[in-house]
Amino acid sequence: MKFFRKAVSTIALPGLAFLSALFVSGLLIAFSDPKVLKLAHSPFKFIGGAFAAAGKAYLALFEGAIFDPNLAHPNFFDGFYPLSETLVAASPLILTGLSVALAFRAGLFNIGAQGQFIFGAIGASVVGFKTTMPVGIHVIAAIVTAMVFAGLWGGFVGLLKAKTGAHEVIVTIMLNYVASYFLLWLLSTTPFLRKGRQDPIAPPVKESARLPHLAGPNLRVNLGIIIALAAAAGVWWLLNRSTWGFRFRAVGANAAAARTAGISVPLVTTLVMAIAGALAGLGGAVQILGSEYALTAGAGGTFGFDAITVALLGRANPIGTVFAALLFGGLRAGGLTMQANTDTPIDLILVIQALVVLFIAAPALVKAVFRIKQLKVGSGVVSKGWNG
Amino acid sequence: MSLELRAVTKSFGALIANDHIDLKVGDGEIHAILGENGAGKSTLMNVVYGLLQPDAGEILVDGEEIKISGPADALAAGIGMVHQHFMLIPVFTVAENIVLGHEKTNKFGILELSKAKEEIRRVSAEFNFDVDPDSLVETLPVGIQQRVEIIRALIYDAKVLILDEPTAVLTPQETDELLRNMKILRDKGTSIVFITHKLREVQEAADKITVIRRGKVVGNPLVTASQEELASLMVGRPVALDVYKKAITPGPVALSVKNLNVHDITGRRLVKNVTFDVHEGEILAVAGVQGNGQSELAKAIVGLEEFIDGSIVLDGKDITTWSVHDTLYSGIAYVPEDREHDGLISSFSIAENLILDTFDTPPYAKGPVMSPTIVAREAEVRVKEFDVRLQSVQDSAASLSGGNKQKVVLARELSRPVKLVVASQPTRGLDVGSIEFVHQRIISERDSGKAVLIFSTELDEVTDLADRIAVMYRGEIIAMVAATTSREDLGLLMAGVHPEGTRS
Ligand SMILES: Nc1ncnc2c1ncn2[C@@H]1O[C@H](COP(=O)(O)OP(=O)(O)O)[C@@H](O)[C@H]1O
Ligand SMILES: [Mg+2]
Repeated sequence: MKFFRKAVSTIALPGLAFLSALFVSGLLIAFSDPKVLKLAHSPFKFIGGAFAAAGKAYLALFEGAIFDPNLAHPNFFDGFYPLSETLVAASPLILTGLSVALAFRAGLFNIGAQGQFIFGAIGASVVGFKTTMPVGIHVIAAIVTAMVFAGLWGGFVGLLKAKTGAHEVIVTIMLNYVASYFLLWLLSTTPFLRKGRQDPIAPPVKESARLPHLAGPNLRVNLGIIIALAAAAGVWWLLNRSTWGFRFRAVGANAAAARTAGISVPLVTTLVMAIAGALAGLGGAVQILGSEYALTAGAGGTFGFDAITVALLGRANPIGTVFAALLFGGLRAGGLTMQANTDTPIDLILVIQALVVLFIAAPALVKAVFRIKQLKVGSGVVSKGWNG
Repeated sequence: MSLELRAVTKSFGALIANDHIDLKVGDGEIHAILGENGAGKSTLMNVVYGLLQPDAGEILVDGEEIKISGPADALAAGIGMVHQHFMLIPVFTVAENIVLGHEKTNKFGILELSKAKEEIRRVSAEFNFDVDPDSLVETLPVGIQQRVEIIRALIYDAKVLILDEPTAVLTPQETDELLRNMKILRDKGTSIVFITHKLREVQEAADKITVIRRGKVVGNPLVTASQEELASLMVGRPVALDVYKKAITPGPVALSVKNLNVHDITGRRLVKNVTFDVHEGEILAVAGVQGNGQSELAKAIVGLEEFIDGSIVLDGKDITTWSVHDTLYSGIAYVPEDREHDGLISSFSIAENLILDTFDTPPYAKGPVMSPTIVAREAEVRVKEFDVRLQSVQDSAASLSGGNKQKVVLARELSRPVKLVVASQPTRGLDVGSIEFVHQRIISERDSGKAVLIFSTELDEVTDLADRIAVMYRGEIIAMVAATTSREDLGLLMAGVHPEGTRS
C-alpha cells in the first residue's frame, strides 16, 4: 500500500506534465492546420476539426512509436516494427540519461554526456572495424573499450573539479566541443576513411562486433535495450544498496556532512564522473554496435543533451529515467511517421518534449492546473546539480 | 496591545503539535514561552504569524477576533516575528533586507532607500542597536543580524514582537545585551513573546511565563519559581540541574597536542601554538567566546583542517596528517559544532544518519553490499538506547527536533569503539531535558575511561562538566585552570584578561 502510494506520487507529476504537454501541443497542431483554420467561422466545426486534426496526428504518432496495423500483414508480428524502432532509439538514451541521473544524485551536473557518448562511439567503432576477434569476445572488447575511453573522458572532469575546483558544468560544456571536433578530425584521417567514400564515415564494424538482434532480422531491436535495462538495474543497485552509492548520495545531499563523516569528497567526485562517463560511453557503444554500425560525423546526435531532459523527467531516479527515455524514444520514432502521414512537422516533437520539460520544471503550474495540493515535488534535482 | 489565543489547535498528520492552547499576552509585558524542543512553540508562533493555518481556535488582538492568513495580515495587525532561523539575504545590505517586499521606487523606477535608511538609523539610535543600514548582512555577527530582524519588525510597527529562541545563536554577552534590549522595548510599550528553553533567561527577563509540554499548556508558574520547578514542569519529571560527577583518577595521556598551528586558506593563523594533553578518564573543557579558534582546533584534531603544523598524537600514534576517515577509525568520536550542517544529512533517513561514518563496516555492509534491513534494525536499537523521539527511523532527519538531532549524532558517535570523544558545543540550542541527557552521556563516557575534549561557549556547561579547563583567546590557550575556578575569573579569562593568581 505504502509502495503503491509512493509509486503514484512519483509518477503523478511527470504523467500530468506529459498530458498537459500533449494538450497544448494539440492546440498547436490544430491552429497550424490550414484546414482547421478555415472552419473558424463556426465554433462547433472548429472544435470538431481541431480534435480531428490533433487526434490524427497523435494516432500517427502512436502508429510510428508502438504498433502500425498497416505493417501487420501478412506477418502480424511485423506490426511491431515501430515499437522496435522506439526501443532502438531509447537504448542509448537510457544510458546517457543514467549518466546524468547518477551525477545528479552525487550533486554533479553532467552536461558532458554528449562528449562522453562520442568517445564511447569512437572506442566501439575502432575496436569494431580495426580488430579481428572471435564472436562474443569482439563485441565485449568493443564495449569495454568504449566505456574506458568515455570513463577517462568523464573522470578527467571529476579529477579537475576535485583537484582545482573547476566547475564541472563549464568544463563539460567545453569538452563537448573538443569531443565533437576531435571526432571530425579523426574521420578525416586515413585509418578512418572508408574505401571509395569521400564523406566522413568510418568503415563499418565487423559482424562479430555487432549486437545481436532480438526479434529476427526485420526488426532492428537488439541486445542494446537489454544492456540499457541491465545498466539501469545496476545503477539502482549502486545507488541504493552499495556502500559506494551511499557515499555518492551523501556527498550529493550534504558534502559538508559527508566530509565530516570521513567520506572523501574529491574521490567521490572523480569516481562519479568516471562512472557517468562510462555509462554515456556505453550508450555510444550501443548506438554504434547495435544500430548504426559505422562512425559518422553526426554519431553523437543529441543523445547527450536529451539525456539531461530525460534524467530530469525521470527525477534522477534510474527507473524513472528508463521510462522517460522510452517516452522520448517513442516520440522520436513516432515523429517520423507523424510527419509522413499528416501535415504535422516533426518539429512538433521537439515542442512536445520542451513542453514536458517546462511542465516538469514548473511543478506549481501542473499543480495549479490540476488543483492538486499534496503532490510531492522533486524540484531539488535541478538546483542540486549546481551546488557541488 | 494585547494578544490572546483561545484553544488553538494544530496537527501534522497524527501528531498534535498544538492542543487547545490558551495564551494571553498583556500590554507591555515580556511573556516567556518555555518548553522543550518539539513542544510546539514554533508551531504556535507560526500560527500566530500566519505561516501556518490552525485546525481550530481563535486569535484575538485587543479583544477582537482576527483572521490571519499570512504574514502580511499579521504585520497589519501589529504582530512581528523574528524566526529561530533568520530570514535575511546575506549578500544584501541591512537596508535592502529591511525593505524587501515593501520596496519603494522613485519616478525613474530606481530603488528608493534613503527613507528606509533614515528609519533604520532612528530605530537603531532609539534602542542603542548600533546597526549601520549600509553594511552587508553577511559581514555582521549573528547578534547584529538578529537586531536587523528586530528593527525590521519595529519599522513595520509591530506592537507584539515574537522572538523564537533568540538566544540560541548568541554568545553570553550578546544574550545579556538582547535581554537588556527586550526590557527597553517593553518599557516603551512593546509586548514581547519570548520563546526559550533556557531557565536563567526566563528568570531574568520574563514578566509572565507559560510552559508548554507536548503541545499542551501545562502551567503558568510565577517568575519567582526556582529553576528546578520550571525545569520539571517543562520536562514532566524531576530534573537534576546539577550534574553529578563521581571523582575519578585520570589514566595515562590519550591525546597529546603539541605546538599546533591552524591556518585558513588565506594564510591567517587561527590557532596559535597550542599545546595540551587529555588523559583517559578526564574531561578537558576548552572555554572561550565564539570565534577564538576553538572550532578550528576541534576540526584540526579530526583531520578536517588542511593547513596545519605541529603534532597531534592519539594513543601513541601520530595522526597529524591522517585523513578524516582514518582519524575517526583510529578511535575518535566527533560531535561537530554545527549539527544541521556538518553532523547530519537532513534529507537522509534517521537510520542512514546513524551510520554516516560506519556504513561501510560490518554488520551494515559486507564488502560493497549494504543491508538495509540490518541498518534499520540497528537503528531501532540505537534510537531506544538514546531515547530519540521519532515516528519512524525511515523518516528524514529533517523531521527531528534539535535535541533529537543531537541525540542521533551522539548515538552514532558513541556507538563506535573510541578512545577520545571530541564534542563541539554539544548542547547548543538544546532544551533542559536533552542537555541533562547529553551531559550524563558525556560523563559516563569519561567514567568508562575515555578521554573527553569538550569545546563550549557556555560557562555553566564548562564548569559542570570539566575536570580541567583550558581557556582559548585569539587562537591561543591562555590559561589551563582547575574546574573549581569561579565563573567571574573564567569570564575575565575568556575576555583575554588574566585575573590575579590564574596565570599558568
Ligand atoms: N511542518 C511540519 N510537519 C510535520 N511535523 C512538524 C512540522 N513542523 C513541526 N512539526 C513537529 O511538530 C512538533 C512541534 O515542533 P516545533 O513547534 O518546531 O517545536 P519547538 O519549536 O517547541 O521546538 C515537533 O514534533 C515537530 O517535529
Ligand atoms: Mg522551535
